[in-house]
Amino acid sequence: MISFILRRLASAVPTLFIVVTISFFLMRFAPGGPFNLERPLPPQTMANLMKTYQLDQPLWRQYVHYLSNAVTGDFGPSYIYKDNNVAELIGKGLPYSMELGFYALLLAVIGGVTAGTIAALRQNSVLDFAIMSVSTIGVTVPNFVVGPVLTLVFAIVLAWLPAGGWGDGSLRFLILPMIALALPQLAVFARLTRGSMIEALHTDHIRTAKAYGLPSRTVVVTHAMRGAMLPVVSYLAPCAAALLTGSAVVETIFTIPGVGRYFVLGAINRDYTLVMGTVILVAIFVIVFNLLVDILYGLLDPRVRHD
Amino acid sequence: MADMKETILAVRGLKVNFSTPDGTVEAVKGIDLDVRSGETLAVVGESGSGKSQTMMGIMGLLANNGTVNGSARYRGQELVGLPPKALNQVRGSKITMIFQEPMTSLDPLYTIGRQIAEPIVHHRGGTFRQARKRVLELLELVGIPEPGRRIDSYPHELSGGQRQRVMIAMALANEPDLLIADEPTTALDVTIQAQILDLLKSLQKRFGMAIVLITHDLGIVKHFAERVAVMRRGEVVEQGKTADIFERPQADYTKMLLAAEPSGRKAPPADSAPIILEGRDVCVDYQIGGGLFRGGTSVFRAVDSVNLRLKEGQTIGVVGESGSGKSTLGRALLRLLPSSGHYRFGTTDISGFDRGQMRPLRRTLQLVFQDPYGSLSPRRTVGEIITEGLYVHEPELSRADRDRRAIEALKEVGLDPASRNRYPHEFSGGQRQRIAIARAMILKPKVVILDEPTSALDRSVQGQVIELLRDLQRKHGLSYIFISHDLSVVKAMSDYVIVMKNGKIVEEGHTDAIFEAPKQPYTKTLIGAAFNV
Repeated sequence: MISFILRRLASAVPTLFIVVTISFFLMRFAPGGPFNLERPLPPQTMANLMKTYQLDQPLWRQYVHYLSNAVTGDFGPSYIYKDNNVAELIGKGLPYSMELGFYALLLAVIGGVTAGTIAALRQNSVLDFAIMSVSTIGVTVPNFVVGPVLTLVFAIVLAWLPAGGWGDGSLRFLILPMIALALPQLAVFARLTRGSMIEALHTDHIRTAKAYGLPSRTVVVTHAMRGAMLPVVSYLAPCAAALLTGSAVVETIFTIPGVGRYFVLGAINRDYTLVMGTVILVAIFVIVFNLLVDILYGLLDPRVRHD
Repeated sequence: MADMKETILAVRGLKVNFSTPDGTVEAVKGIDLDVRSGETLAVVGESGSGKSQTMMGIMGLLANNGTVNGSARYRGQELVGLPPKALNQVRGSKITMIFQEPMTSLDPLYTIGRQIAEPIVHHRGGTFRQARKRVLELLELVGIPEPGRRIDSYPHELSGGQRQRVMIAMALANEPDLLIADEPTTALDVTIQAQILDLLKSLQKRFGMAIVLITHDLGIVKHFAERVAVMRRGEVVEQGKTADIFERPQADYTKMLLAAEPSGRKAPPADSAPIILEGRDVCVDYQIGGGLFRGGTSVFRAVDSVNLRLKEGQTIGVVGESGSGKSTLGRALLRLLPSSGHYRFGTTDISGFDRGQMRPLRRTLQLVFQDPYGSLSPRRTVGEIITEGLYVHEPELSRADRDRRAIEALKEVGLDPASRNRYPHEFSGGQRQRIAIARAMILKPKVVILDEPTSALDRSVQGQVIELLRDLQRKHGLSYIFISHDLSVVKAMSDYVIVMKNGKIVEEGHTDAIFEAPKQPYTKTLIGAAFNV
């Protein structure tokens, strides 16, 4: 098991390297730069800025420079948020995004798996149809619509919950953004669970369990659900990585000081180092969660146990 | 004497219906059956006869769209229409079942020990820890080696035969009155089949439970069951004592089933017949494990230094149990997978040929697979499926010419040419296998490798497909390599036989020599298991 984890961590190094390299060059080949503002800067100022940030160097040298700094944990200065370097920006925002994302993940998994299981057990009933309709809405309606609607109903009309901000970090502030963030993922979990539960309920070993007179609770929970969770667990990794690294849309709507908005702002402003920082952050999350999920998978399914 | 025994399961007017989008399908049409205490009743029928659905209906295990009517009384207690809770008192304790697929019938995520313990704990109470001793006894009883170690194994760590033994242990756990065995040996190799049937028989002697054996194979029934019921299309066409059924069958259908053992022999080709396909020192290795950051790859040799020479007009039968490498050998000879050795097709040395070089030869080297369900694309019409090869090998053909060839090919395999506009799912298993054969024949091949072409088919259909393959061989001077685990079919089809085990040839020779006077113990075991069960 430990050697499996070490092997996987070792193989993360080339993955990260490739991700960094591709995004570094893609970013540079995009037109414009961090200092191309609406009103062009005087040529002398521009030249000075470029020199200060070493953007006048050949591209390969910048790349080597970036890599050698990144290895030591220095992800460079942000070109736009001039008071902070990238590591500080992410360090400040990440706890907010992660806390919100964690609750959203919890809601999405518990809600989605429950709804999907109920739908599968009552396949083709009104309840099944209702759950699946709602989950279709969850997938199709974007969160920049869900967010404002939630705010309008619960914060303005009913005035039950605050409209935005982190406040004191209490649950009241988190409920609405959490729902907006979780809803699409909850819908995906519900659909995944329903599909794999229906499949699991038709397997031969479920027939065996029934033939041996086991009560339906045991049949469903012990035998069907454990197998049905395998595809659901696979989706957990990309989903957790996405939720825990924040969402630009939800954080903007609910004015949450997380890292989600840096993805969009960094990209729009050609803030090269900030974009690189967020890309590396997401890559690390994806790698770590994939590893966790593979370990979890092995615990659930003895056939893929890693030894 | 036997008639004195008490009837423990009385089935009267049992009907099973399935509602489908095309209307109601009557799977079982009001049948009567009696099972007496301690006896073995065999319910024999081909696919679709309703033999399994009868038992599923009684046990409350029908698919959601199935309904059961009529009466099935177990020691006076009506089972049909019994609420699930009450039925659960009977299922798994008084009446238990084992199924065809021991791989999928066990939950892959739990140890076998836990799965055997589950019905014990549920029906008798207690904890899993307490049940462990009983589970060990049961594993010992069904002949699992090292029960103390195996009890914590997962199903995938056992062989097919061992899994079926685990199922039997589970079935015996609560000392049942009646054991329903639904095709318990169909998915197993012949030598294992015999062992499982012997085990069931000896356990029955010891514990005295009644057994209902559901099977498509009349052959295995003869020495196993006291009474036989033959089913066809949801009805019992004949039932009686086994000896009577075998010696004086009344119904035409029973006579047909008894006669459906493939008959005939194939004469060997003339000695002067040229060799059309030759493989020398054929070896196929599979890498196990490996990857960028892990060492320790090991090599598994699936085919080990096999030599084979196929003459024009010859049929070589390749027999062996699962994992013997017989299918892999077939693919290696067609150069469909990486392999070492020397290969010759006619007078051409094709040893080093790559895919591009092989392509023009492919039309003359065709392959027909076992599974007529999986090997035909469900989204294409039969016409599209069988003419696909023509696009590659005869691209100059016009649409009308291709259609003409499709009609010819379908007629040749005995199908209505109009069926080329229909889809595979509209055909039965036997018809699908004819489509697969038509797909090979349309290219006018010289060599056809037949990989278990009849194994997924009912006996009566098998006979027809064998007849068809023989006709085609005579008509076109084809050479076959006939891969099968089914020795009776190989005996009827081939003039030369190769027996394989663990990738090696154990014995080879002319069909008569192999079957009449096998030299190797393994060949003797195989033949014994196949013909004397």
